[in-house]
Amino acid sequence: MRRLPNANSQPGWLFPTVFLVILLLSAVPLGRLAYAGLAATFRSGLPPVLFETGTWRAFANTLSTSVLGMFVSVALGVAFALATSLTDIRRKRLLGFAFMLPMMVPPQITALAWVEMSGPASPLLKTLGIAPPLGTPQPLYSIGGIALLLGVQHAPLVFLAMQAGLSAIPRDGIEAARLSGAAPRRVLRDIVLPLALPGLIAGASIAFVSGVGNFGIPAILGIPASILTLPTLVYSRLASFGSQTFADLAALSLLMAVICAAGLAVQQRALSGRDYRTIGLSGTSPVFSLGPWRAPVEVALWLVLFLILAAPFAALVASSLVPAYGVPLNAETVSLRAYGEILFRQSVTVTAFGNSAFLATAAALGLLVLSFATAYLLLHRKGPAMAFLLVLIEIPYALPGIVLAVAFILLFAAPLPVLGFSLYGTIWIILIAYLSSFFAVSLKPVLSAFRQIDPALEEAARLSGAGLARRMRDVLLPIMAPAAGASVVLVFLIACNELTVSALLWSAGTQTLGVAIFNLDDSGSSDLASALSVLVVAMIVALMALLEVLARYLPDGVLPWRR
Amino acid sequence: MATLILNHLSKAYDGGRAAVNGVSLTVRDGGFLALLGPSGCGKTTLLRMIAGFEQPSDGSIVLGERVISTAEGVLPPERRNMAMVFQSYALWPHMTVAQNVGYPLKLRGVKGENLRRKTMEALDVVRLADLADRRPAALSGGQRQRVALARCLVTSPDVVLLDEPLANLDRHLRAAMEETFRDFHARSGATMIYVTHDQAEAMALATEIAVMSEGRFLQVAPPNEIYAHPEGRVVGGLIGQGTILSLPVGEGRERSLDRAACHALLLGEAGGSLCDVLIRPEHVRPAVDGIALQVRECVFTGERHALTLARADGSLLKAFSAERLAPGSMAVFSVERGWRL
Repeated sequence: MRRLPNANSQPGWLFPTVFLVILLLSAVPLGRLAYAGLAATFRSGLPPVLFETGTWRAFANTLSTSVLGMFVSVALGVAFALATSLTDIRRKRLLGFAFMLPMMVPPQITALAWVEMSGPASPLLKTLGIAPPLGTPQPLYSIGGIALLLGVQHAPLVFLAMQAGLSAIPRDGIEAARLSGAAPRRVLRDIVLPLALPGLIAGASIAFVSGVGNFGIPAILGIPASILTLPTLVYSRLASFGSQTFADLAALSLLMAVICAAGLAVQQRALSGRDYRTIGLSGTSPVFSLGPWRAPVEVALWLVLFLILAAPFAALVASSLVPAYGVPLNAETVSLRAYGEILFRQSVTVTAFGNSAFLATAAALGLLVLSFATAYLLLHRKGPAMAFLLVLIEIPYALPGIVLAVAFILLFAAPLPVLGFSLYGTIWIILIAYLSSFFAVSLKPVLSAFRQIDPALEEAARLSGAGLARRMRDVLLPIMAPAAGASVVLVFLIACNELTVSALLWSAGTQTLGVAIFNLDDSGSSDLASALSVLVVAMIVALMALLEVLARYLPDGVLPWRR
Repeated sequence: MATLILNHLSKAYDGGRAAVNGVSLTVRDGGFLALLGPSGCGKTTLLRMIAGFEQPSDGSIVLGERVISTAEGVLPPERRNMAMVFQSYALWPHMTVAQNVGYPLKLRGVKGENLRRKTMEALDVVRLADLADRRPAALSGGQRQRVALARCLVTSPDVVLLDEPLANLDRHLRAAMEETFRDFHARSGATMIYVTHDQAEAMALATEIAVMSEGRFLQVAPPNEIYAHPEGRVVGGLIGQGTILSLPVGEGRERSLDRAACHALLLGEAGGSLCDVLIRPEHVRPAVDGIALQVRECVFTGERHALTLARADGSLLKAFSAERLAPGSMAVFSVERGWRL
């Protein structure tokens, strides 16, 4: 008799294939980076870049902007999370959604919008007649400006983490405290805040780590004023390509990775012993009535939103509609010339649209297939190998994009063995880096949807006589369709807006939308940069709205701006 | 159709604990076997081994002439021609009732009019033909259960497996569904294996009951046999609502005890070593002469009163009575039958 197979539902080739792909996307480039740093150190001592004052100035700038930015994020995020989770203010959902928008807007666009909103040449301020006199320095080109914008950009991360913590607080626990005799203020101090603390710590550390890795904001605000942070230092180093460059890049990237690891380690330490996974009914109904303070609090929250969201975007739109830099916007000067330029005449932007569309589509669809196979394996196999696989998927997403980009440069700069050509300078190196960086984004919705499916649904199909391909097609895929859709749209959204990775990996002809905006601004065409940014923001809002429509069919926690 | 043979079947998980421990059993073609036991006894693991989802760590499963599971490998579930009703029903939410039921046929290459006709036949059996175009979400629990059953019956499988199919239904629906299962078994003639922790369900449905505990079979017998002659304290306690008393049984070897023997034992006249004796409540009746017992509790259950009676040494017996008896009073009862475990 022919030997019978084991009682696994997955075919034998699936695990080795997935494992190999993930190794290539994660372990190999990161290993190459670590090797480059260590090998240079063993050969000729610590790389000289570590002894330059510029490096340590950038290190100090990175730390100060990230820490200050973290405080701004915490202040904004905590205020909004407490107000929307615990009080009886009105229009909470709208408030929450609007507050999440800065997270999805690419940082270079945020920076550009704020620059257009302030400073002597702002078309918006000129139009309103309140622009400072020419020659006044742009206040945002400073450590404080970078920190403020990092804070605004990452405040939604604190908000989300806090909100998740607050929503897990059992309502009956709060009611029990009230019945025990605690006044609302006392409940807040004794019950709510201690339980929300883990969320706050987690959110603050994510905001810090994101600040360390952020490229778009210090690039737009810092480079003109010669304030370099580690990511922008790496960027400028890459431009001056020399013999020592690879070792320098590796050393700087590892330095950044160390700061991030330290930030996460502090978080781990602060969180240990604070596992408050609560039991009981968690409620979303308001706990605290603000009474006469409700209207002032609402006004304050909307005012903050106006300042960090509406005003910069209005400035961006105004800049995109003026015919030339520094001209006020009015009925005579308004023109759509900039839109015509970027959409039809400038080959740079037209190519960028094409490149970003290709990269985002290929990354989204490629990762969907990979996520499907990985999620299926994760559900049907246990053991240390699978845990290791998950870590390998998470690391490239958690690392700053700059570090990942450097790793891929080191890996692909030399011609590929056997094949004999180099991927460096082609669009494929960007695509591979995207696959590596966004794998975790793509996997999350697919995996959580898989986890929610009753395993009996697949087993019933097996007993009905369906083989693996058949059950995938007939049973699993249709049930997973909303999550698969979310995965595709999310990756597409993030990949379209991506700047950090492509800023290091692009070359002539392979520029992405993010790079195009950055370069246009860098070369002084702020009207074109603004117009392109307005289009990108419109696309983001449209895609987010599409996901909102899908949200009903999705497992909780799939959309990054929803709990 | 074929006989299903379990041969010294074991399943041990990585921790070393055996969920199923060396069970052997032959289910004849067309038999209806109930696997009865408390939760965690290994009955679901056994069922999943029969389905091919779990690989035995020792022993084998033979269906007809064919070895379908050993520790070395298993025939994949999709090639076993078995069907299963899952505890959660496992209806595919994106397919209509008719598509759910017709799916196994579709996989066997049945198409067009033929597919439609066979699907509707199966739905007719469970009286759901009107709901063929609904989606599972629009059905009640009992209706979903019947769809799952129709999906099993549509391909005339060799073996039908049922994993606690009534656990999620309320009491009235259960009675109706038991009827449907019996009907289904009679019509299809399929070999059925039914996992449950409810002994009344097992009694009502099965032609044979296998009582499982801690991964082993304690007794395998037809329902009436297992009720009348259970083996050992665990089976005696699990099946029916008897009372088990430790009584001196004297020299007698006879396991079936008549009225005289029971009374002698209860009065302690036999002497000798202690032995477990099972006495069922329906065999304890109020009588003119017999044994005097104190009424501890009298609970009205609708069709009769359930009594708890105390012997002189404080040990308790259960009985039924048509009349209400005042708690605390003494009354005379006759014990008609007993069974030495």
